[in-house]
Amino acid sequence: MPPTDELSPAFEMRDVSKTFDGVAAVAGVSFNVAAGSTTVLIGPSGCGKSTLLRLMVGLLTPDRGEVRFGDAPITAANVTALRHRMGYVIQDGGLFPHLTARRNVSLMASHLGWSADRVTARTEELSALTQFPADGLDRFPTQLSGGQRQRVSLMRALMLDPDVLLMDEPLGALDPMIRADLQQELRDIFRTLGKTVVMVTHDLREARYFGDAIVLLRDGRLVQEGPFGSLVDEPAEAFVGDFVRAQQMAREGADA
Amino acid sequence: MKGSPRFAVLALALLLSLGAATALAQTAITTGSKAFTENVILGELLARLAADAGAVAEHKTQLGGTRILWNALQRGDIDAYVEYTGTLSQEILADSGATTEDEIRAALAAQGIVMTRPLGFNNTYALGMREDVAAEHGITAISDLRDHPDLDLGFTNEFMDRGDGWPALRDHYALPHKRVRGLDHDLAYRGIEQGAIAVTDLYSTDAEIRYYELRVLRDDLSLFPPYEAVVVYRSDLEHRAPEVATAFRRLEGRVPEAEMIGMNARARLARIPEGRVAADFLATTFQVDSVVVVDTWLQRLGRNTSAHLLLVLVALAAGIAIAVPTGIIASRHEVAGQIALGLTGILQTVPALALLVLMIPLVGINAPPAILALFLYSLLPMVRNTCDGIRSIPASTWESATALGLSSGARLRLVELPLAMPSILAGVKIAAVQLVGFATLGAFVGAGGYGQPILTGIRLDDFGLILEGALPAAGLALVTQGVFELGERGLVSKGLRLRPETG
Repeated sequence: MPPTDELSPAFEMRDVSKTFDGVAAVAGVSFNVAAGSTTVLIGPSGCGKSTLLRLMVGLLTPDRGEVRFGDAPITAANVTALRHRMGYVIQDGGLFPHLTARRNVSLMASHLGWSADRVTARTEELSALTQFPADGLDRFPTQLSGGQRQRVSLMRALMLDPDVLLMDEPLGALDPMIRADLQQELRDIFRTLGKTVVMVTHDLREARYFGDAIVLLRDGRLVQEGPFGSLVDEPAEAFVGDFVRAQQMAREGADA
Repeated sequence: MKGSPRFAVLALALLLSLGAATALAQTAITTGSKAFTENVILGELLARLAADAGAVAEHKTQLGGTRILWNALQRGDIDAYVEYTGTLSQEILADSGATTEDEIRAALAAQGIVMTRPLGFNNTYALGMREDVAAEHGITAISDLRDHPDLDLGFTNEFMDRGDGWPALRDHYALPHKRVRGLDHDLAYRGIEQGAIAVTDLYSTDAEIRYYELRVLRDDLSLFPPYEAVVVYRSDLEHRAPEVATAFRRLEGRVPEAEMIGMNARARLARIPEGRVAADFLATTFQVDSVVVVDTWLQRLGRNTSAHLLLVLVALAAGIAIAVPTGIIASRHEVAGQIALGLTGILQTVPALALLVLMIPLVGINAPPAILALFLYSLLPMVRNTCDGIRSIPASTWESATALGLSSGARLRLVELPLAMPSILAGVKIAAVQLVGFATLGAFVGAGGYGQPILTGIRLDDFGLILEGALPAAGLALVTQGVFELGERGLVSKGLRLRPETG
């Protein structure tokens, strides 16, 4: 069930544009991310979905328009503090290779002055939640499998108990078996925690699996926004139907 | 107030001892010498005369070339050295047009430098022939060569190339010789000994003149300018240490050419230390006794090692302190990076010796110019490696650190520097190993180090002495390399040293 709209949105994109070297990566996009829901950004490569996510976490600033988090716009002055309320996970994990899994997870908390006991307790809690083996905590990223690295990355994102999780193709680099397992675990975790989640993917099945709401993008423009059913039943334009069919055919081809 | 009488006694004792120390305090005199044996002997002579006159004397030996000595004298880093009138008129005072002895003396006086009367010998370019060959042909002067166009002439390469060398000689004396070749200095002496060449160029006080029994041909048409040896000293000596100035003047006219050739021969050919040669001269000429201390091999090694390490470590520490922050800034700002790398790159292209000499007007001689030059040299590899190390951090890692909410300072400290550390350390290592080598040039400006025995060895053609500097320098470079490899274990995270596990 999509959550009710009583809560103010976690994110509000207001006519956001971002151009790189004269090419519009995102052009005049507006949508809201409802608090407590999972929103999936999807579209073909180069549609601007990752750029949107980077705008949300403040790695990029919009050329035009406004990105609002909670009830305030993200500015250079507040972005560092706001990031402590966001967890960010990227495709290859983005782990720091010079730190053990434990230090990757605790880096920010320790830097913010958490006590060692509190850090340890929280790390153990998260390692149980993500089913990360305790003996892996003192290993370095190169000593972990791809799936384990993503679990560490998720633990790191969750360490400060943020309001939202921003995930850029979190399962993209994993092989299909692990991916299926982790998909299920990830959805369970989202449900357990009840956090607002924004996830970028190029896989429609993944989008359907996770997404309370789906934002379909093409060439930097928002094509359609809504639950998966609405994309199938009420496509806003021909592209939506083409995109859905192409994904299904690709899957059938792969399954055959 | 029980303690006060005792305090008063103590204070009185202190005052008395201070007064005594002041009364006994001796004037410190530093003499210098150029990097060739004759001048080193003369520098020793000056130091010993100053000591005999009651000063605490030090001789900064073989300080590279004329420019270095002259700058050091003007700055007061040294008080006196022996110069040659030809060099004074043609190089140092070239702009003033002073040529005669009196003109030179006046021009120097205007710059606060006193020049003594000539010491008695003239070390100029000259031509030499084996005594028996010259006698056979009846040649005593250069113009006599005109009548013997079949003689083989062999000149040092430098003399062949210099405008005031062979070309000037040929034109001035209208020499008709066809068989003229350029060769190495040592080969020239051997060639003349074996009769392969009949005439060569030499300096008129070369030790080899006596050794090879050569006749120096008279410059009867006065082509070569006179290079009369004179002592130049700072005029403040006349007030600060008049007895030392007087002592220097005792050398006027007391070092005839034969005497100088003899001393050169003892030092260069018989390998007698210059200090001993100078002491013997003073004993016989002036009945002056002076102490000759000859260090053991181990003492020299210890002294050279500590001087060398001082140069390298101070320069490297300063280099790191400047280069790493510069590299960090360069990694963040494209334009700043290009400027920083461009400037440090230009510094690297300045020849080391030139850089060293350029530093002298700024900081004088001894360790400071060497440290400053080494510091400038150390910058490029460290700036570049710091910049490259930070720039090569994957964008995803950098974004993760930023998205985590680390401030830019914390991100630098906790993520960027640790990740760039292998590259930074590699840069520091390159710089350190380079500096160990470059620091041998410090000997040219009196900074000591392993360059000291190398310079002396080259000057005296003593391979053993060269090795005495070259081997420890090579050893130190290896040790430096090893130290950094160990340091890498301490400073680079294990996570970066692990190979990704396979399977």
